[in-house]
Amino acid sequence: MNAPIARLFVVVVVLFGVLVGFTSRWTVFEADALRDNPKNRRELLEEQQIRRGLIRAADDTVLARSLKQADNSYVRTYPAGRLFSHAVGYSFVRQGRAGLERYYDDDLSGRNSELGSLIDRLSGSEQEGDNLLTSLDPDAQRVALQQLGGRKGAVVALDPRTGAIKVMASVPGYDPNTVKNQRAFTALNRDNDAPLLNRNTQSGYPPGSTFKVVTAIAAIDSGQYKPDSRVSGRNGKTISGVPLNNDAGESFGDITLTEALTHSVNTVFGEVGEKVGKLTMKKYMDRLGFGRPVEVDLPRDERAASGERQRGRIIPATNGAVDVGRMAIGQDKLTVTPLQMAMVAASVANGGKLMKPHLGDRIVDRDGRTVDRIQPEELSQVMTPDTAAQVGAMMSQVVKEGTGTAAALEGIDVAGKTGTAEVDHGCPNQLWFIAFAPVQDPTVAIAVTVECGTGFGGTVAAPIAKAVMQELLT
Amino acid sequence: MTSARNRELLALVPASLLLTAGFAAVFIERDDVLSNVSLTYGALFLGLCLAAHIVLRFTLPYADPYLFPLFAVLACFGLVMIYRIDDELAREQAQWFVIGLALFAATIILLRDYRTLERYRYTVAAVGIGLLLLPRLPGIGSQVNGAYLGVKLGPLTFQPAEFAKIAIIVFLASYLRDTRQLLVIGARRFAGITIPPLKHFGPLLIVWGAAMVMLFIIQDLGSSLMFYGGFLAVLYVATDRFSFVAIGLALFGAGSWALYHARPTITHRVDAWLHPFGSLYDQVGGSYQIAQSVFAQADGGLFGRGFGQALLKVGDSPLLPAAQTDLIYSVIVNELGLIGACAVLCTYLLAIERGFKIATLARDSFSKLLATGLTAVFALQVFVIVGGVTRVIPLTGVTLPFISYGGSSILANFVLLALLLLISDRARREAIEPR
Repeated sequence: MNAPIARLFVVVVVLFGVLVGFTSRWTVFEADALRDNPKNRRELLEEQQIRRGLIRAADDTVLARSLKQADNSYVRTYPAGRLFSHAVGYSFVRQGRAGLERYYDDDLSGRNSELGSLIDRLSGSEQEGDNLLTSLDPDAQRVALQQLGGRKGAVVALDPRTGAIKVMASVPGYDPNTVKNQRAFTALNRDNDAPLLNRNTQSGYPPGSTFKVVTAIAAIDSGQYKPDSRVSGRNGKTISGVPLNNDAGESFGDITLTEALTHSVNTVFGEVGEKVGKLTMKKYMDRLGFGRPVEVDLPRDERAASGERQRGRIIPATNGAVDVGRMAIGQDKLTVTPLQMAMVAASVANGGKLMKPHLGDRIVDRDGRTVDRIQPEELSQVMTPDTAAQVGAMMSQVVKEGTGTAAALEGIDVAGKTGTAEVDHGCPNQLWFIAFAPVQDPTVAIAVTVECGTGFGGTVAAPIAKAVMQELLT
Repeated sequence: MTSARNRELLALVPASLLLTAGFAAVFIERDDVLSNVSLTYGALFLGLCLAAHIVLRFTLPYADPYLFPLFAVLACFGLVMIYRIDDELAREQAQWFVIGLALFAATIILLRDYRTLERYRYTVAAVGIGLLLLPRLPGIGSQVNGAYLGVKLGPLTFQPAEFAKIAIIVFLASYLRDTRQLLVIGARRFAGITIPPLKHFGPLLIVWGAAMVMLFIIQDLGSSLMFYGGFLAVLYVATDRFSFVAIGLALFGAGSWALYHARPTITHRVDAWLHPFGSLYDQVGGSYQIAQSVFAQADGGLFGRGFGQALLKVGDSPLLPAAQTDLIYSVIVNELGLIGACAVLCTYLLAIERGFKIATLARDSFSKLLATGLTAVFALQVFVIVGGVTRVIPLTGVTLPFISYGGSSILANFVLLALLLLISDRARREAIEPR
C-alpha cells in the first residue's frame, strides 16, 4: 500500500503548489490591479490612520489640521474655512485631495522620510506627517476677499524677490470642511460658477492691456525701442490689415512709449508688436513662463498654461494663426492665468529676474526641526536690469498720471498696468490690474482680475490691488 | 529510542524562540515597549511543550520525532497571529492549548493500543454521525451564516464536525482493512471502468453517505469536501484502484452541479467565488469577505507589511470578517507576504509528509489506512480553507488547523496528532524490535 500513499502525497504537494500559485497571483501578479480596484479601500483607510501634518500660514495660523475621531482614525479640518480654500485644497478619504494637500501629500503624510518611518516602526510610534509652513498671509488674503466682495475674480500677490506667494484669493470659493460631505462635494462640482476652480492658476482670461507690459519688455530689451521712442497713436491705424481703434476712439499724435503705456494706447503697441515680430515676442513670452503650465507648487491639473489658444490648445506666438499686432495689446486669442500676469509684474520688479512662485516655505517635523526649506528658484533672466528699470519707470507713470491712478498709495510709489478686455460671451469686460511696489525696492507684485465687470481695470481692479498692497506693505 | 526524543526536544527550542520573537514583534508594534511578557509567553509555551514531550518520552519513546515540533511551530505561530488580532482571544486559545495537551496526553495513555478502535468501528461511526447531527438539535444547536456548525453547551460553543472527521476516518480505515481485498477481487469491469461489488461496498456507502447527508443538513460545505476527499484518499490507498477515485470524482462533480442548481445558498457561494467584485459584493453574506481577502493579500505583496501591521477593522466594523478563523491565512499573507505564507504552507507540507511517512512505516493495514486517512483530512482541511481564501475553490468555513482560533479545532487536532504518534510509535518499535 506504500505506492498509493506516495502518489497521494504527490497529489497533496500538487494541491499545495496550487495554493502557492494562487497566493502569488494575488500578492504579486495581480496585486496592482487589485490595489486599483475601486472596491479596495485599504489604501485610503490606511491613510486615515495617519495623522497628517499641519498646514500653517506665514503667521503660524493653522490652516489645516487632523483631528482624531472616536474610532482612532483622523479627519481633516480647516479652521480657516473658506479663507484659503483653493491654495490649501482638501484631503478626504472619499473625495481625494487638492491644492497644497495634494502637492505636499508625501510630506504631510510622513511618507517622504524612509528612515523616519522605519524608526517609527521600530519604536512602535504611529506614522506621523510633517507640518507645512506656507508663505500665505491671512490678513492680506482677508483684505483681498473683502475687496472682491463676492465678485467673481482672483487676486494673487507674491514677493518678487523670492516668489513667495502671500495672497491667493479666488472667488467664488468653498469651505473645504464641507467637501467631506459627498453630496455637498457633488454640488460644488456641478455648480456653474465653478467654486472649486482656483482662478489664479486654472482660469484663462484675455489679459487686455496688461499684456502691453510684455510687449514693452520685448520692445525695449530687444533694443528696437526705448521708452522715449515715438510712435503714432492715431486712431484707426491699420494693424495686420485691419483698422485698430483706441479706447473711446481717442486719437494721439506721435507719442513716446511711456506715454502710450500711461494712457494705454492700442495703436502704438499694435505697431510695436508688429515691428518687434512674432519671434521676439515668443522669446520673451517663453522667458516669462507663457506656453507651459504656470510654475507653482500645486498639482499639475490645477495649473493652466497661458498664451495664444486655438481650439482649446496653446499655440506658440510664432504660429501663422496669430495676429501679433493684436496679441501685443492683449487681444487676439490670448488667454492668461492671473498668476502668470503677476509673474510678469514680478519679473519687472525684480530687475528682470523671474523667481518661481511658491506657496510652501518650509517642511517642519513635529519637533519643530526644519526638514526641508523650499529655496527661492530662479526661472529665468527675462530682461536686463536696465530694461526692468525702464519698464518699471513706465509702469510708475501709469499709476502716477495714467489709467491706474486709483492704485496709488500714499508715500509709496506704485508701478502698474490696467487692463479692460472685451469678452465675447455676454459679459461686459474682464477687468485687470497688475502692479508692484514700492518701485524703488519692490517687495510685492500683484495681479487682480474681476470677471464680467462693468467699468475699467483702472476703476475696479486697481482699487483692489491698492488695498491688498497697502495691507502687505504697512 | 532516546535519540528520537532528544531530537524532538531540540526541535521544540526553535518553536519556543519563534513564539517569543513573534510576541516581541507584536508588543513592539502595539505598545511601543518590549515588555518581558513576551518572554513569559515563550517560557509558558516551552513549559507546555516540555510537559507534552515528557509524556511522549515515557509513553511513546519511538514515535516520530518531528511531528510534534512541527505542530508546535504551527500552534505557536497561530497563537501569535491570534494575539495580534485580539489578545483576549489569544488568552482563550492558550487555555484551549492547555486543555488540548491534556486531551493529547489522555488519548495517548488511554489508547495505548489504538487498534482496539477497530472492534468498535460501528459504534465509532454512529458517534461520528451523531456528532454531526448535534448542531441541528433544538436547544443546543446554533446557526451561523446559514450553517449549523456549532453546539452550545452553556458558555462553550463546540463544533462537532471537527471530531466527527476523526470518527469517520477510524471507521473507514477499520472497515476497509477487512474488505479492501474483497472490493478489488469482487470488482467487475463494465465499459472499461472497474465497479466495486455492491455487497461489500454497501455498508461503506451507507455510513459515508449518512455522514454526507448530515453535512448537507447542517450545510457545512467545507467539512463535506474534507470528508469526501478523505474518503476517496483512504479508498484509493486501500484498493490501489484509480477507477474508484475517478468514479468518486465523477459523482462529486455531478453532485456539485446538481447542488449548484438546486440550492440557492450554494449558487450564491459559487457566484461569490466566481465574481467577487460583482453585484454580490454589497449583499449580506455575499462576496465581501472573499473580495476583502484578496485585497488584503494584494496589500501584503511579496514580503508583507510586517507583524501587527494589517488593517483589520474600520472603526468598530471589521474590514476582514472572521479574521481570526476563516480569513487568518489572509492576515498572514497581509503581514508576512507571499514569503511568510509559503513558509506556513511548507510547515504544513512537512507535517503532512511525516504523516504519510508514518503510514508507509506502519506494518498493519489498519494503521496504514488510519494514518493515511488522518493525514489526508488534515491536508484537505488546509487546502479547503487556504484554497477558499485564495479563490482556488469557493470559500467555506473550516479552520486552518492549529492556527485558526477555535477550541474544537485545537482539541480535535491534538487527538489527531496523538493518534498519528501512537501509530508511529508502534510502527517504529516493531521495526526495531521484531516480534
